[in-house]
Amino acid sequence: MELLMFYGFGLLALFAGVAMILSRQPVTSALLMILNMFCLSALYALLDAHLIAVLQLLVYAGAIMVLVLFVIMLLNLREKKGIITKHQASLQVVGVAAFGFFVMTVVSRLNTAALPKSKAASAGFGTVEAVGRILFTDYVLPFEIASVLLLAAIVGAVMLAKSKV
Amino acid sequence: MPITIPPIDLLAVAPEIAVSGFACLLLMTAVFLKGKGGWVNACVALVGLAVAGWFALCQGAPRSAYSGMYAADGFTQFFKIIFLLGTGLVVLVSVKYNEEENMNNGEYYALLLFSTAGMMLMAAASDMMTLFLGLELLSISLYVLAGYARNRPGSNEAALKYFLLGGFAVGFLLYGMAMIYGATGHTDFAGIGREAARGADNRLYLVVGAVMLLTGLGFKVAAVPFHQWTPDVYEGAPIPVTAFMSAGPKAAVLAVMIRVYAQSVSFMHVDWLVWLSVLAVMTMTVGNVAALVQSDAKRMLAFSSISHAGYAMVGLAAATREAVASVAVYMLVYTLMNIAVFGILALVARKNEQRTKMRDFAGLARSNPVLAVSMTILVFSLAGIPPMAGFMAKFYVLMAAVKAGLYWLVLAAVLNSAVGIYYYLRFTVHMYMDEPEEKLPPVKASPALVVAIALSIIGVLLIGVVPSAYLEMAGRAVVSF
Repeated sequence: MELLMFYGFGLLALFAGVAMILSRQPVTSALLMILNMFCLSALYALLDAHLIAVLQLLVYAGAIMVLVLFVIMLLNLREKKGIITKHQASLQVVGVAAFGFFVMTVVSRLNTAALPKSKAASAGFGTVEAVGRILFTDYVLPFEIASVLLLAAIVGAVMLAKSKV
Repeated sequence: MPITIPPIDLLAVAPEIAVSGFACLLLMTAVFLKGKGGWVNACVALVGLAVAGWFALCQGAPRSAYSGMYAADGFTQFFKIIFLLGTGLVVLVSVKYNEEENMNNGEYYALLLFSTAGMMLMAAASDMMTLFLGLELLSISLYVLAGYARNRPGSNEAALKYFLLGGFAVGFLLYGMAMIYGATGHTDFAGIGREAARGADNRLYLVVGAVMLLTGLGFKVAAVPFHQWTPDVYEGAPIPVTAFMSAGPKAAVLAVMIRVYAQSVSFMHVDWLVWLSVLAVMTMTVGNVAALVQSDAKRMLAFSSISHAGYAMVGLAAATREAVASVAVYMLVYTLMNIAVFGILALVARKNEQRTKMRDFAGLARSNPVLAVSMTILVFSLAGIPPMAGFMAKFYVLMAAVKAGLYWLVLAAVLNSAVGIYYYLRFTVHMYMDEPEEKLPPVKASPALVVAIALSIIGVLLIGVVPSAYLEMAGRAVVSF
């Protein structure tokens, strides 16, 4: 059952990702990306990481993608004709095929390689309490760096977007 | 259940705290200054860097802090000083340029400081978490800085290109980290190394992960074949930002490579040696050959910075203590000379960076002889001509490689430096033997730029004449990890 759900959500996530890139309509792309995020959050839930799954839904699929949709609608983007010519397209096919072959080789080798034994998840793994505990003990430094990182990102975004300095 | 908070070692991260704190202070002074008196911002930034430098110097005994996330050792300390020095020089170079280009605001210096904090965290990272967050802090600030000249299309292009390709490269890095974590169950370098040395069943996952990690880091250090973004981004970004990008971040990534290499991946020494050697040879050769044919000085310096990363990677491939120390000294010297060269280029390029061609240096010897002599000293050092520091730095790296038995790698490096001499000397030829095409008022260096150039020339000559003292310092720094 779990395996079935994994494959189902995994394939759906892949489909949504590829379709998002291929779609020419920005709104369709954004909606497909929401679908992708949703599938990812389902995968997190399958991994017992419930907090991450909920956060993924709330923050990414919810807040950020709604913002993206708003921006797309406010900008009122038109469909644009692609500038890819025939010649480049054939090159792309060759490139994708070569890369695909490479990835297939690596993946098939990895499939036959023995995986290290996974440790059983500790009791309460993935809950808010467990994540919070670890954030304020072992991971307190990365936690703080993340706050500085977000501040730098905000300053940068405002800097680039502000009309007059 | 009560939480036992682990000891918080504030002194270890004091430099990062100081730099980030002063960055926040800059965001506030910018509000009060209302766009006037940009030099105040530069002064605040310099004070912040000095405070951080002071904290870095009195860091104390080598130790591991924050549950093994952060290594406060001599190696960290040495690289922190390099970063702070580099950022200080960039601030000095920026003052006049930013005033002319109307971008002298607090946010610029704040972003410089944020990315410096990121670099320091990278050099100190002994866990993939800290490493990744430090790298992101550095990168995000750099993406914005590359696009800081917002009215110039080239700058916009640089920022966008850097952002897209950088995001792609970080994907590789993260996937590699996930592979390594999956194979070993550890995110700290020491744990990865222990686990990897133990079992062979996870070896393939480790190798794939390590290759991806190397790809991501190679992108950041602009190693060939991950260098395609470099010329365009370096050319488009404002000159002080290019100076910054070409020095500090490279040193930071090399520090990470040294640490990852030394602490966790040494179990597959042979594989790394081959990969790193191939990367080093390609990086040196492509960088130098491409630099030969450039007519734009900014682009040429971009390619020359690629080749310098290649020389440093020769030392990395040798991977003895001695080699690591020589790489550290190399990055120190490279930071000093490269930023000053870009400072002079910013001056010669004049307003709006309209004159960045090599031939725009023509007649500089007559119009501003002091500047021409400074430039000559700096490019001689870049080319590796004694008695400048560039020669000694290269010499020690190559000597360490010879001792490690990497003769063909050393041969490639020597041949490449011979190629390098040709295009570096083109600056001198233009300055001393060419007539300028048009009459322009002579360029005049601002006091801040004079200080920056003087500092780096003193550094270049000092390290060039008494290199052993600095090498010993770096050697002591390396021993502690």
